[in-house]
Amino acid sequence: MAIRTEPVTINIGPQHPSTHGVLRLRVTFDGEVIVDVEPVFGYLHRGSEKLAEERNYVQVLTLTDRLDYVASMTNNQAYCIAVEKMLGVEAPLRGQYLRVLAAELQRAASHLVATGFLLQDLGALATPLMYCFRFREKILDLFEMLCGARITVSYMRPGGVFSDAPPDFWPALDDLMQEAPHLIQELEQLLMKNEIVLVRTKNVGVLSAESAIASSVSGPVLRASGVAWDWRKMDPYDIYDRLEFDVPVGERGDNYDRFRVRIEEVKQSLRIVEQCRDEIHPGPVRADVDAEAIDLVLERRGEAEKPLAEGPVRAELPFVLRPPAGAEAYGRVEAPKGELAFYLVSDGSIAPYRCKIRSPSLINLTVLRELLVGWKLADMIVTLGSIDINMGEVDR
Amino acid sequence: MYGFGLAKGLMVTLKNFIRPPFTIQYPEERIPQHPRFRGEEFAWYEERCTGCASCAKYCPLGIIKIVTSEGGRSPQEGGHYDIDVFDIDIGRCMFCGLCVEACPYDALFMGSGFERGRYERQDLVITVDELREAVKKPSTWFRPQLEDSGYDPHKDSALDWRAVGREKWEWHQREKAGARIKFRPARVGDKTQEGDGEARS
Repeated sequence: MAIRTEPVTINIGPQHPSTHGVLRLRVTFDGEVIVDVEPVFGYLHRGSEKLAEERNYVQVLTLTDRLDYVASMTNNQAYCIAVEKMLGVEAPLRGQYLRVLAAELQRAASHLVATGFLLQDLGALATPLMYCFRFREKILDLFEMLCGARITVSYMRPGGVFSDAPPDFWPALDDLMQEAPHLIQELEQLLMKNEIVLVRTKNVGVLSAESAIASSVSGPVLRASGVAWDWRKMDPYDIYDRLEFDVPVGERGDNYDRFRVRIEEVKQSLRIVEQCRDEIHPGPVRADVDAEAIDLVLERRGEAEKPLAEGPVRAELPFVLRPPAGAEAYGRVEAPKGELAFYLVSDGSIAPYRCKIRSPSLINLTVLRELLVGWKLADMIVTLGSIDINMGEVDR
Repeated sequence: MYGFGLAKGLMVTLKNFIRPPFTIQYPEERIPQHPRFRGEEFAWYEERCTGCASCAKYCPLGIIKIVTSEGGRSPQEGGHYDIDVFDIDIGRCMFCGLCVEACPYDALFMGSGFERGRYERQDLVITVDELREAVKKPSTWFRPQLEDSGYDPHKDSALDWRAVGREKWEWHQREKAGARIKFRPARVGDKTQEGDGEARS
């Protein structure tokens, strides 16, 4: 007698610990094998793009912190680059060095979170996650020194960074850099050759280079498929053209490769931080613009404006920025999760007319069906973890 | 060969077994805070505040409420507005610190507190009386004059309004003498930036 079987559709999420936020997956199973996956998102939609239209250019910066809250520094950087392009301002060299330094530390921290949670999804409860978080905590301590906050940093400003690093930041950074290779080596030694990790991740969730490019995936997910595409190399922003680093690529594009590419990128990030630390020169950290010192007394009397005797001065960028009407800019960085970009349009007022956010998590999530169909439920959680999504960024 | 990885993993466990713990037993132990920490014990100096409400306008969430009334004296005589209400709704504050950045008179500072748990929402509003009576240990966030003097809110004593300003700064003196900066819509190069030797400052 033949047993009649039929596919079962199961909802996973939106409130589920293994979906990395409020992601809902509508999965159709045939037994334990996945037949179809449909990610449903929008549960964390806060309307950041619309909110940006009602805030001035510096206030929008606080919104960018809350997109990908695991990597706030790179969000700030992308936004600042977009505003700078609109204004025609370039950050001073020390400001750019500090930005890159902070962004690379943030990349290391974000990849550690991704790695830790991937291992947690594999079933290694808490211990490897704690190893990753121990390292990340040291990085967040440095951020607290830099800007007074650990997660929602708001460190960068259009035209550089808000303030120079405090003097005790540099010895603390030296300490971290000394410790870091050891911590990473320990993590690698523990995990990279572990049989359980290998069996569970190798050849699982394979994404070919062709389909990765076709679905415009970016970041470590793309590089794990063997495409050496990194905006830091392809279109260097800030000072990346001065720095020496490699772009690690994977071979097959499976979960293991994505996991390994991230670990390698942490090493490269630390290499960049080291170079920034050694090359940084004293100087201003925020762009200045041509200004005139006006005699306020004359102005109050309604007389003609006359510059004070000092002549033209250089002053820091004003608080309320007004890019010229019709200016548009696309600020793009290689965020830890992929290509993060802000497209801003100005109508000459103090707030952006339109702010479009190209978030890497959302676009990387679109390959989920291709990765998952044919695999089992337990692999689904791991593969989702290996894409490293962040719902704050997916839903904006 | 199976089992080898397990042995290696256990070695790591053994190593960590004898290591001192990295975690902190929070209420008893505390992580040292940096002077720049952006927290909630706002330091507000009424002597410096003119009631211009720059902070209220610049707050992305609009949580600062300021009500002023005219003081007895005219501005020529050195009078300024009396501040009747200066409420900060901490329940909605995200501690971005833009209010501090906007204050042109060095009257508002972030603080170092982070333990304001309350049962009622209205208890989360810092009122003007509370701000007046608070022990003022300002955070050095966005206040380079405090950093220059090496002030640390966790070690040093509370600061008076005379000690927190940037009166010593040259530009500040010029501004007091009646100068205003006017921005020219000019393209900006960055010529004045290459440092000469000596890495870091």
